[in-house]
Amino acid sequence: MTPNPGQDGAPAPVAFDTPEEGVRAGSGHARRNMTAAELALMDEKVRKVEVLISMVLRVGVVISALVILVGLVLMFAHHGSYLSVRGGVSYKVLTSGATQFPHSFATLRNSLAHADGRGIVVLGVMVLILTPVLRVAVGVLSFLYERDIPMASVTFYVLVVLIASFFLAGV
Amino acid sequence: MYVHVYNRTVTPFDFVISLALVSVAAGVLGSLIGLGGGVVIVPVLTLLYGVDIRLAIGASIVSVIATSSGAAAAYVRERMTNLRVGMFLEIATVTGALSGAYLTTLLPTRFLFAFFGLVLAYSSFTTFKRRHAAQPLAVSADRIANYFDLHGSYYDPAEEQEIPYKVTGTKLGLFLMYVAGLVSALLGIGSGALKVPAMDGAMRLPMKVSSATSNFMIGVTAAASAGVYFVRGQIDPVIAAPVAIGVLVGATVGARVLGRVASKTVRLVFVVVLVIISLEMLQKGLVP
Repeated sequence: MTPNPGQDGAPAPVAFDTPEEGVRAGSGHARRNMTAAELALMDEKVRKVEVLISMVLRVGVVISALVILVGLVLMFAHHGSYLSVRGGVSYKVLTSGATQFPHSFATLRNSLAHADGRGIVVLGVMVLILTPVLRVAVGVLSFLYERDIPMASVTFYVLVVLIASFFLAGV
Repeated sequence: MYVHVYNRTVTPFDFVISLALVSVAAGVLGSLIGLGGGVVIVPVLTLLYGVDIRLAIGASIVSVIATSSGAAAAYVRERMTNLRVGMFLEIATVTGALSGAYLTTLLPTRFLFAFFGLVLAYSSFTTFKRRHAAQPLAVSADRIANYFDLHGSYYDPAEEQEIPYKVTGTKLGLFLMYVAGLVSALLGIGSGALKVPAMDGAMRLPMKVSSATSNFMIGVTAAASAGVYFVRGQIDPVIAAPVAIGVLVGATVGARVLGRVASKTVRLVFVVVLVIISLEMLQKGLVP
């Protein structure tokens, strides 16, 4: 997880952050009482967290896009009539209010067992939906790593509500 | 009204390709002003393709999450997002989203549309009046903001300098975020439309930071109601697939643009889109 210096975007935190004036985003909650060395260490931790959260989002997004793409390709491979060249089927068959598609774990499992393209797309969409949830979970751990208990508690509450929302929905 | 190419049947393939291209544009716009792609996706799906509004709203949720994660990956790395403000305010948005999903609407949806149409019209007016204001706060007496150390700074490539700012008005901010979560769950749209003015106006974050932080948050707000939409069968894979991929590409491009344009431009684009959304909402609320 070494950040590429050219792509990294931000200059080294210490360059503009003076110990007298703690103005950086995410600087930790009791930084007023820190020495210069502690501040530099804190900034390094904060930077690591930023890079980690950015990476979680990017990986989630790339995986979901790839899975969705595979699902689409499979769907068109299995259904020649969906393609313009051999057209005949209107898109409305697949996008009307009465269209059937997997929307529970049971139907999704069944659809995946048949290597159904649309089932794989749903799987990719699930990865996409779970990416922000994973990001919040990483946030909790990050704030614990920064020893920032107030922010860790706040983020933990967000995580609990998010997970509850899925259970309450009956997913 | 519906799409017909030379009287030939529009096949699922045509649908997927054309919707993916529209979604790229939605992703660019959504990531630039922090609203998510739903602003473009819902009207395009319902008006142009004649898709059922329930499925369009499901696709909108997917597009919001895609814009958010796609753009936030870059904004967080560039420190344009204020991570602490974002994660702090998410307390209110997820609570609002969860209560909204189960709230048996005491008020009819039409009233909600009319009401929020007016709220957004007002906030586009105040944002427009503030379009020249660029000076961030230098001191803050806000006890919550100081306790959680929500203040920050960001590097503005357009102005070529590091801009420090202080945060204020956290209580009002939390209230507005709760409402934003509620609206997002009840109406399926408009969560970013309330988040950006709450941060830019009430909490005095710089416009670009407000947009980038709203972008960061909308994914979590949308994820909190995504479970319900999934179970209700509102997330149609054939619609969601091109929307997700197109928006992800668009958001990645849009995230490169925000830093370079002037704050004033971001505000003006935001105001224009806000006016359109408020008119859309008023129309749904007032016209029978």
